[in-house]
Amino acid sequence: MNTQILINLVKIFKLSQTMIDSKVAQKTEVEIIEAVIIRFVGDSGDGMQLTGTQFSDTSAMFGNDIATFPNYPAEIRAPQGSLYGVSGFQVHIGSVEISTPGDEVDLLVAMNPAGLKTNLHAVKPGHTIIVDTDAFTKKNLEKAQYESNPLEDGSLENYRVIEVTMTSLTKEALKDVQGLDNKSITRSKNMFALGMVYWMYDRSTDHTVEFFNKKFKSKPHLIEANTKVLNTGFYFAETLELIPNAYTISPAKMDPGTYRIVMGNTATAWGFLAAAEKSGLELFLGSYPITPATDILHELVKHKHFGVKAFQAEDEIAGITSAIGASFAGDLAITTTSGPGLALKGEALGLAMMIELPLVVVNVQRGGPSTGLPTKTEQSDLLQCLYGRNGESPVIVLAASTPANCFDYAYEAAKLTLEHMTPVILLTDGYIANGSAPWKIQSVENMPKINNHKVKEAKENWHAYDRNEDTLARNWAIPGTPGLEHRVGGLEKDRISGNVSYVPENHEYMINIRSEKIKRVQNYIPDLTTEFADDGDLLVVGWGGTYGSLHSAVKQINEDGYKNIGFAHFNYINPLPKNTEDILKRFKKIIVCELNNGQFAKVLKINFNGYEFLQHNKVQGLPFGNSELIQKFKHLVK
Amino acid sequence: METTAVKEYTFKDFASDQEVRWCPGCDDYVILRAMQKALPEMGVKKEEVVFISGIGCSSRFPYYMDTYGMHSIHGRAPAIATGVKLANPNLSVWVITGDGDSMAIGGNHFIHVLRRNVNLNIILFNNEIYGLTKGQFSPTSLVGQKTKSSPYGNTQPPFSPGELAIGAQARFFARIGGNTPKEMTQIFIESEKFKGTSLVEVLQNCPIFNDGCFTKFTDKAVRADMQMFVEHGKPMVFGKERDKGIVLNGLKLEVVTIGEKGITEKDIIVHDAKEQDPTLHQMLVRLEYPVVTGIIRSFDDVTFEERKRAQTLEVKANSKFIKTDDLFFSGDVYEVE
Repeated sequence: MNTQILINLVKIFKLSQTMIDSKVAQKTEVEIIEAVIIRFVGDSGDGMQLTGTQFSDTSAMFGNDIATFPNYPAEIRAPQGSLYGVSGFQVHIGSVEISTPGDEVDLLVAMNPAGLKTNLHAVKPGHTIIVDTDAFTKKNLEKAQYESNPLEDGSLENYRVIEVTMTSLTKEALKDVQGLDNKSITRSKNMFALGMVYWMYDRSTDHTVEFFNKKFKSKPHLIEANTKVLNTGFYFAETLELIPNAYTISPAKMDPGTYRIVMGNTATAWGFLAAAEKSGLELFLGSYPITPATDILHELVKHKHFGVKAFQAEDEIAGITSAIGASFAGDLAITTTSGPGLALKGEALGLAMMIELPLVVVNVQRGGPSTGLPTKTEQSDLLQCLYGRNGESPVIVLAASTPANCFDYAYEAAKLTLEHMTPVILLTDGYIANGSAPWKIQSVENMPKINNHKVKEAKENWHAYDRNEDTLARNWAIPGTPGLEHRVGGLEKDRISGNVSYVPENHEYMINIRSEKIKRVQNYIPDLTTEFADDGDLLVVGWGGTYGSLHSAVKQINEDGYKNIGFAHFNYINPLPKNTEDILKRFKKIIVCELNNGQFAKVLKINFNGYEFLQHNKVQGLPFGNSELIQKFKHLVK
Repeated sequence: METTAVKEYTFKDFASDQEVRWCPGCDDYVILRAMQKALPEMGVKKEEVVFISGIGCSSRFPYYMDTYGMHSIHGRAPAIATGVKLANPNLSVWVITGDGDSMAIGGNHFIHVLRRNVNLNIILFNNEIYGLTKGQFSPTSLVGQKTKSSPYGNTQPPFSPGELAIGAQARFFARIGGNTPKEMTQIFIESEKFKGTSLVEVLQNCPIFNDGCFTKFTDKAVRADMQMFVEHGKPMVFGKERDKGIVLNGLKLEVVTIGEKGITEKDIIVHDAKEQDPTLHQMLVRLEYPVVTGIIRSFDDVTFEERKRAQTLEVKANSKFIKTDDLFFSGDVYEVE
């Protein structure tokens, strides 16, 4: 049933400023709920990302657990009103553990018809949709390919639709603010929507007002305008009691500590900052802009105060090769990219592997092949990471699995590359890189120690390719150290001196030792663990960024009474944890779930004979949905 | 670079124990020896010298130098060297490359390292042919040149390395014949002294696949008449009798004979390598008679490392972040009890 809203402008603007400032609504009936999923959608220039981020940050500070998922087009400003120009931001907040941004939404805020059309399918029947009716013009309806106005033709009967003339109300609210052009006025209507949602979910506007004060420090008229629109929206929802029910979500039970909200890409950058500080090395980043990895570069260029040397190179190849140069000269060197960039870096990565220098390559995976879906998520670079180089060229491959643990795995990647003297690829993906979640802040003081193989001074009988007995890591002799002058290169080298060698047996020996070096990393990584069941009928296997989706699906199915389903998630891909087979053999069936056509399943098949690896694959540029997983798992244990 | 505590080296200190494997008669031997002789004159410590090369005959060079070195991948040496230099600006970094390595597969890195003015030296072995792959035309091969991959003659017009480099904002460009080791040694020393990217093009004869390609102006018998070795602050004269010179006629350089048509030494252009405007330097690079050698351009400018360093110091001075904890616990943090 549509809730037709009559707007009484006069009434709103008669409200005193003090009342607006009071912010926290006096609610008579507040329903307490565990979790809610809200999606803000609009044109790519409508500020939906900002709106969503503000709502999730505010909720996190209130004590909720959160997970967010931005979904935006590759075009920066796609034609206004078009279906493909819709930008969205989904946030899942709860008083319980939240591990994914969720699939079906409780509240959709649609700033235009195109947003409504492309997102309606995600709204739970009977749930709420807020629309800006001012945007439902004939022209916009045509652009969204609506034959009739959905607000009038009864097609939204199954939803509770709240129609608000948001654009007009915003204009009205700002008519007395000096120094605003039309564009700035229209653009602040997202704050009207945010204000409404704040009231509906019992959130204070304080954090966002503070944000305006910082962001527009030198533009007081914008502080005034945005604050006014935000409060007007908030007050509109409250005072007119046009929205029948409001909800509150109590703080979640989380580990005590100091928290902040991080995006995966920021957490990745910070993991490297921490590793550099702990190892006592300077951090070097060689990088070339590529979606969705560029935010790591954006973050690290800010931190010159820590001595970070961030170098925006002329291309992907110079990104990695400059890092190889910096590593040769003794820095903790990294390069960041996404799938197509990794393809370009392949030859240089082979060189780093051959000359056995520390180097971390971060691949924030996106939809492929070729240019593919740059702003969408996928896990289809796994085999490229494992095998995408000429010759026998193994490297360590890790995968982070949540926005927050991007920090831990960046740190771990740096630790492993320095301690084992071989390149590490760290895989994340667009989903966790752009998603945000609370991160319990870790002080560098409490992080594990990081060693390295630098040779301080010349000793008799020193050789560049002398190896550590346990790890097989070779010496790291830095230019500037007297007496250790030596040459490295891409040609095969003598097993001891490192000089060029074409001796057949030596070549095979070196191939094997580089491979054995990676294998021995197994002795330094944690065992694989299972959740929900240690043995049983079905083992759900995942890796990387799908952790949240798989974890919450298995959790829910477990709560539904299916106690025979276990879940094992891999963060270490090469080498695999030592006890992998011990876990596989405890379950009758194994299903490998991934956002590709079965790449990790192939890896498991190669490594473990005699098992049937069932697959659940999805390659739509989207994360797994909760219900699709639950349906699949239940079916398998029937 | 500190010069105080540098010990006395001889060329032998810079020769590695590896057997040199270039073809007999190759100019690469001349370049290697010139470098080994030049390094003791530069006041750099051996352990602070790094040679980075790409792929090609010339790129085997680092193996023969008893310094730090990396024989890397095709075309990428300037980018690797940039990383080395940013990691440790105190090092003396040398890029060894060829005309295929730097002008073809590595063209992008080549122009960008020059644009940035990273304080390193590039020695470009130009033999106008691909040697290691056995004789295909390169980006500096002449139109019509018959090679293994152009049996009916090359149809791709060549780059002039100096012209390309100066177009990419090279501040230092020198050219030298592969058979003039004394001058070459001196140019290597000057390129190390220069603060910024120094590019030295060596006209290097390949005795196997492109023998004699420079003979018409490098041969000892004709060299003095066909080449003009320029020096900053000196008039542009050449010829066995030192009677030929260069004047500017309109927008063109013109060869004149001193003592004829009323021309005196005063009319000859004095070489100004330090001039910022590269117009005249480009004209010298393009001149076909005489072929100009020596340091054609040497314009002092701020280096990439200096810009980076200044910015870092400024940020450090104004930052409240000393440790990563300062960053992690700043801003929007909240407590969970």
